[in-house]
Amino acid sequence: MSLYRDQAVVLRAWKLGEADRIISLHTLDHGKVRGVGKGVRRTRSKFGSRLEPLSHVSIQLYRGRGDLDTITQVETIDRFGSLRADPDRFARAEAMLEAVEQVAQDREPDRALHMMLVRALSTLDRNDSALVMAGFFLKLLAHEGLQPQLDECVSCGAGEPLEAIDFNEGGVLCRNCRSGRPLSFEALQLLRRILGGDLGGVLAESTGPATGEVDLLATAILEHHLERRLRSVAVMDQTPG
Amino acid sequence: MSYSVTVQELIDQLGRLPGIGPKSAQRVAFYLLKAPPEDALRLSRAIAEAKEKVSFCDRCFNLSEGGEECAICRDPRRESRLLCVVEDSQDIVAVERTQEFRGRYHVLQGAFSPIDGIGVDQLRVKELMTRVGEEDVEEVIVATNPNLEGEATAALLVKYLKPMGVRVTRLASGLPVGGDLEYADELTLGRALEGRQLLDAGDD
Ligand SMILES: [Zn+2]
Ligand SMILES: [Zn+2]
Repeated sequence: MSLYRDQAVVLRAWKLGEADRIISLHTLDHGKVRGVGKGVRRTRSKFGSRLEPLSHVSIQLYRGRGDLDTITQVETIDRFGSLRADPDRFARAEAMLEAVEQVAQDREPDRALHMMLVRALSTLDRNDSALVMAGFFLKLLAHEGLQPQLDECVSCGAGEPLEAIDFNEGGVLCRNCRSGRPLSFEALQLLRRILGGDLGGVLAESTGPATGEVDLLATAILEHHLERRLRSVAVMDQTPG
Repeated sequence: MSYSVTVQELIDQLGRLPGIGPKSAQRVAFYLLKAPPEDALRLSRAIAEAKEKVSFCDRCFNLSEGGEECAICRDPRRESRLLCVVEDSQDIVAVERTQEFRGRYHVLQGAFSPIDGIGVDQLRVKELMTRVGEEDVEEVIVATNPNLEGEATAALLVKYLKPMGVRVTRLASGLPVGGDLEYADELTLGRALEGRQLLDAGDD
């Protein structure tokens, strides 16, 4: 039973009763935490607007006996304003929150994951490349030790040309062993660069023919490991009429 | 101890209502069981009658009683050049209370929230675009909630309506009337600054 301060990204919020909200947070030092914001839905609440999903905040919580901590103070660090003004980037940002909500464990500190999320949101706020989300998903997989093997054929060890990727096999495959889905040489290069630490370089370039392929692949690999579809991603391709 | 099948069924059904958790469901169930029979019957009759008589308007998706179109859509004195888009029917009641708006409405039946699986297909966006194309709408006023989903919904509507050549406006966000400036949070105050208005003569 104690008060603690931390930095957090608001992942999700649910209504509770008449005026409260349950907030799911990913914190820098305490992992994923669920907190209650008391009275935050009232118009007069000072910190209601600061606890909306997609906000990066500095926060004080009180840990009682239960699973839910009580939020006692909130200050905004960044609210990533451009993401709300662009429906496509908004959906991508929510997909990243959704992925972290799935992967992160309750009260298990994971600074690296937290920093990755903050960096990805702030990059997406400035850069509308489809590869920001894809890059985040791939790095998230690597962080969990689930990155695909990209150097040689996972089945026979052969080198180039590698022409397919199979999530069940855990990586790329040569022409003789091919299974899973086809993989272009350009996409393989992009995957290697992103997982090799050159996401910044990839994002600085203009998007090429393999961008869409890597975007779809990164989501598919993550969904394969999560064993569920990401709702935010399913919504992205909808168009009226 | 466990409840009888009948009581448990009542608790379960109440527990499916929005905002009612298992504890509240129990409380309401026991209230109803203790209440005079005519109270409980009145409630059940009100539910049955509302379900029978009320449906959604074919045109704007507001609640409609006694017809395919709601009373506002049927009212010829309403201006069709102004279309106010809201998230839910309750919001129409709020805007009507101002007695400032004489146009018509369109209810999206939700807000853009990808993380909840709510996108264009789950909202009445296609129907809105059809109306903008077919009715002589000059201005679409986006009156979604001043929160994350409401903002994202507004951006979504702009994306699809702007190319149609219609004027799209959004409700101004500002300070609550009757409050003190020093108590306003920075986001509300920031928005109020953005949406500031000229106080010059000629501003009628
Ligand atoms: Zn092979
Ligand atoms: Zn109507």
